[in-house]
Amino acid sequence: MHIPDGFVTAPLAATGAAVAVAGLAVCTRQAGRQSTERQLPLAGLAAAFFLVLQAPIIPVAGGTSGHLLGGTLAVALLGPWLGPVVITVVTVVQALFTGAGGLSVLGVNLVNLALVPAVVGYPVLLGLRRLLSAVHGRSTHTSTAIASGVAATVSVVTASVLFTAEYAVGGAAGVPLRTVAISTIGVYAVVAVFEGIVTALVVRALLALRADLVRVAPGHPGPENQGTERLL
Amino acid sequence: MSNAHDPGAELLIPADTPVHRLAPQCKVAATLLFVLAVALTPRDVFWPYAWYLVLVAALATVAQLPPLVLLRRLVIEVPFLLFVLALPFLGEPPDVDLLGVGLSVVGLQAATAITLKATFGLLATGVLAATTPLPEIITGLERLRVPRLFTAVAGFMVRYTEVLLSELARLRTARACRGGDTRWLWQARDIAGSVGALFVRSFERGERVHLAMASRGYTGTMPDALRGAAAGRQAWAGALAVPLLAALATVGAVVA
Repeated sequence: MHIPDGFVTAPLAATGAAVAVAGLAVCTRQAGRQSTERQLPLAGLAAAFFLVLQAPIIPVAGGTSGHLLGGTLAVALLGPWLGPVVITVVTVVQALFTGAGGLSVLGVNLVNLALVPAVVGYPVLLGLRRLLSAVHGRSTHTSTAIASGVAATVSVVTASVLFTAEYAVGGAAGVPLRTVAISTIGVYAVVAVFEGIVTALVVRALLALRADLVRVAPGHPGPENQGTERLL
Repeated sequence: MSNAHDPGAELLIPADTPVHRLAPQCKVAATLLFVLAVALTPRDVFWPYAWYLVLVAALATVAQLPPLVLLRRLVIEVPFLLFVLALPFLGEPPDVDLLGVGLSVVGLQAATAITLKATFGLLATGVLAATTPLPEIITGLERLRVPRLFTAVAGFMVRYTEVLLSELARLRTARACRGGDTRWLWQARDIAGSVGALFVRSFERGERVHLAMASRGYTGTMPDALRGAAAGRQAWAGALAVPLLAALATVGAVVA
């Protein structure tokens, strides 16, 4: 999902950069308003966590490899404002130091990887959690974990469809759109299922161990209650 | 084995050269602009890469970096670039005939350009990482007016990566001792449990580190002594000369 340099046209890359900067500016402002200085270590740890876990781990036919994207896990842990900031830091470091994803298409990658989970995944997560708790009568750890997993699957599929749409508008790799659409959406459908399972299991494990670290935990007091000093 | 206080050290090649001494904000800006210039090279023009190579080689010579160390770094791009091998087969016509196999010209160009651009990105960041300790890169970003939220998260990430890796090694040893084996999909639950435990254990260690920082007066910003100094006009001119020279070739390629 990390688009390399030269895969899309310059106007698309510029548009992606503009959207990413605007979205992240909103995230930064909201995170600064809602988070406290105490959340910084958690955000930094989550960033290190994704950096370590994002080594390519799922070999997929055709030479590509999928790996955890982690965007939905990040918004489940840190909320829709701080989550994208963390994924952004990870994506920038990867682009700079591991050659994953081009620097000139960073904006497009950030839209797909960091903003989609916040814009699509987070509302899906909250909606599903409400739905499941209405069925069960109360919100449980298991229903929260299931909601997170489904939200993760939905955001990865959305990101792959969005990527195909971006390629349709400004693709430059000389590969027919049909081939890109089939291979991307096909591969990422598999990745999405895996991502959903792992996200659900990790959220479930974290809820059992330290529910206060999970932003979407049932009855989470919210960062507003954790400290008085503001972040920025 | 702990180098928690010195993250990024394995990429660093210490020496006392003008490149090493340059202010980090100048080096970071120059690297970003250089990679951008390379990325904007048109897909079907290839002579500018020779000029980019001359620039990187000149920098590496001034910084006294062994060429082999820089080249060895390129290995990490291999898994990310395997997919380009498919491009000549999937690309649109016209095709060229190579040993009886029809290869798309556009696909071949795209594959070559993508590989070259990723390679020069890695070479440029390789020079940066070899001459600049990671904490200084973050100070450099801060000086370039990157919002403090991002640099603070990046700073914690740098410190926690080592904590996380050593915690991961301990978990792996413990699991192997219990006869655990994570090769199969039905052990996904076990992996997720380990990942959760890894997160909580590392966070609890990180929490103690943060309390220690807070008790020493940390309020979200680093002390002024660790925040570097403004760079002079001469430093900026020297650093920006490199991407400017690269951009000449890029512009030449676009115009020609």
